[in-house]
Amino acid sequence: MSKLYTGAEIVFKYLEDQEVEYIFGYPGGAVLPIYDELKNHSSIKHILVRHEQGAGHAAEGYARSSGKPGVVLVTSGPGATNVVTALTDAYMDSIPLVCISGQVPTHLIGTDAFQECDTTGITRPCTKHNWLVKDIKELPKVMHEAFKVATTGRPGPVLIDIPKDIQFAKTNYTKFKKEKKLNGKIHNKFSENEINQLIDLISKAKKPVVYTGGGVINSGPQASETLKEFVRLIGFPITSTLQGLGAFPGDDNQFIGMLGMHGTYEANNAMHDCDLLINIGARFDDRITGKIDEFSPKSKKVHIDIDPSSINKIIKVDLAIVGDVNEVIKSAIKKINKKQNGLKDSNKQRISKWWEQIQKWRTKDSLGFINSDKEIKPQHAVKRLYELTKNQDTFITTEVGQHQMWAAQHYKFNKPNRWMTSGGLGTMGYGLPAAVGVQIAHPDKLVIDIAGEASVLMTIQEMSTAVQYNLPIKIFILNNQYMGMVRQWQELLHEKNYSESYSEALPDFVKLAEAYGCKGIKADNPDELDDKIKEMIDYDGPVIFDCHVDPNENCFPMIPSGKPHNQMILGPSDKEENKITGKGKSLV
Amino acid sequence: MSSPKSAYSIPTKKGKLDTHIFVVWVDNESGVLARVVGLFSGRGYNIESLAVAEVDATKNISRITIVTTGTPQVIDQIKLQLKKLVPVHKVADFKREDKNVIFKEMALLKIVAQKKKIEKCLKECKKFNPVILDKTNKSVVVQITALRREIDKMSKKLKPYGLTSTSRTGAIAMTRGAQTFK
Repeated sequence: MSKLYTGAEIVFKYLEDQEVEYIFGYPGGAVLPIYDELKNHSSIKHILVRHEQGAGHAAEGYARSSGKPGVVLVTSGPGATNVVTALTDAYMDSIPLVCISGQVPTHLIGTDAFQECDTTGITRPCTKHNWLVKDIKELPKVMHEAFKVATTGRPGPVLIDIPKDIQFAKTNYTKFKKEKKLNGKIHNKFSENEINQLIDLISKAKKPVVYTGGGVINSGPQASETLKEFVRLIGFPITSTLQGLGAFPGDDNQFIGMLGMHGTYEANNAMHDCDLLINIGARFDDRITGKIDEFSPKSKKVHIDIDPSSINKIIKVDLAIVGDVNEVIKSAIKKINKKQNGLKDSNKQRISKWWEQIQKWRTKDSLGFINSDKEIKPQHAVKRLYELTKNQDTFITTEVGQHQMWAAQHYKFNKPNRWMTSGGLGTMGYGLPAAVGVQIAHPDKLVIDIAGEASVLMTIQEMSTAVQYNLPIKIFILNNQYMGMVRQWQELLHEKNYSESYSEALPDFVKLAEAYGCKGIKADNPDELDDKIKEMIDYDGPVIFDCHVDPNENCFPMIPSGKPHNQMILGPSDKEENKITGKGKSLV
Repeated sequence: MSSPKSAYSIPTKKGKLDTHIFVVWVDNESGVLARVVGLFSGRGYNIESLAVAEVDATKNISRITIVTTGTPQVIDQIKLQLKKLVPVHKVADFKREDKNVIFKEMALLKIVAQKKKIEKCLKECKKFNPVILDKTNKSVVVQITALRREIDKMSKKLKPYGLTSTSRTGAIAMTRGAQTFK
């Protein structure tokens, strides 16, 4: 007779099979049998967070920076509800997470038992799939399938709810060798004909633009290499969404910056005026498209995506290629090299006028700002941070708000998986725990959370986690004493009625850092900024850097409300148009 | 209309709505109906009627039939989103006007009235395969099978004759001819 294992042992067996090295979690009554088993599995290290939301975001940071799924372990009831924000965040940004939650024993389910909640009910809309395991015999299959669902196709979070009695119950362990086909949920069967059509469009375009998104990152580091080769081969300008930054080198001449609401003038104008738009792994998010009716009106549109439901969801496209980004562009490159040897040169000629136009737009210097020698401008702070860290492999996470946009605009990424930000859900408090996860995955690398003082306070307790595991994360707070993006919208849309957006009663961040046992640095003068940033980088341990910046700075450029891509506000030097009126107000 | 001061775009004009019938083959497991229905409510799709039962006990497959309305773009989305659900095996989608598909709904009608009126009711029901399931001096329970809109009409028509209670199954569908949906 084969050996029987408890549910808790089965959980670890499958985590070992998946080569899981880290679990982010927080213990509680309904998961104690699993925590009890932890000591017997030395290859798996548990990272104790201070709040379950932190566990979720840390696992997201781990997953995004390493390409491996993040694993979360929480208890029933409040443990599970606390992780909901992180699951939703991962669902919106397509991050693979496997969350294991404890549940009250099966005989108590439905009785409003202590720390009971309908976890699978609550998490159904924010996971790719979830399971309540009511029979121990189901557990092996579920554990196996969970990783498969989380990591294949368009990745995303899954949750396994395991009642306490199932964690004690015993069953057989069988190693799954061959991957079971999952109801045909993985789509990677594009046709040769589609590739031919793509190349036909490429060879005819006069004003093309490539628009890439997080799908390139999710397709793996190889996809970024392939993308580089593809874009250099066809010579097109390339823009990226917030999530796609780093897939193509940010300092490359062909890169025309991020697009969308706070994207560059050249990227948004190119999107509006182009005659061919190639969307690679992006989803026409509403922060990108602006007004749908006037979105890129003159272009043929191509959409390459692994998720068939992304196609034609928002923008109707002329050519849809459903497949893995890397595979699709690899076969496009092959075709171009084989069949159309002349494409390279003829293309460059045909689109040379287009490049001239883009250069003209570039001279607007839309990311420019008026620097000051009295106050630290937030953009200047990000720029200095970039200059002082670009020579080492740096990982950046952010919170959500103005600082996030400034980071996206002024920090240039040259490699994928270096930029972790909450885009879809826009979760304030994401960056600090995400930095914890990134540092776990890359213990010797520099990890910086570019933060706002309001966001960071939402998950500041995770500093304690960083200290416990000696994670030298740097929390670089652009402190403007406001919920800056809220204030900016109130300024532009609500007659400067700054309702509740002032960060009253802020803590002394230096003392706070010291209270947690890490280093605090404060800067409020542009002259001392560089030295203090260097001090932060050189310090071997976690740092909270309180960078006092101009509280009134706004984030530009900005597509104002009700306007298409080609009518942007360009910041203080463009004051004339710097007004949003009438029906425009609804669209910011 | 969204409020004039919002961070989101104003809705663009809506396209024409079509009625579609979705047939969804799913694993008969706990929560699967919640997943399907939750997808509809979560994404703001309509459900006009819903019929579900297990159709293959050995393979554990249930067949869900959903009548919905939406613009062509929304109908497309519903289909693609349904296909993404893990327990969903296949999804078929038919236009209501599709001549190659049979749509039927069953209804139980309870009529409480004088004999004469009851007779009249039964006469009206004649073309919808009526089966009398229960009969007393003052009442009758009759089963009919018909199209949705025919049943709608009948309920309206029979109200004055003493129709007191109606129970309907929701539409189910089957393709005509020898072929089955793959």
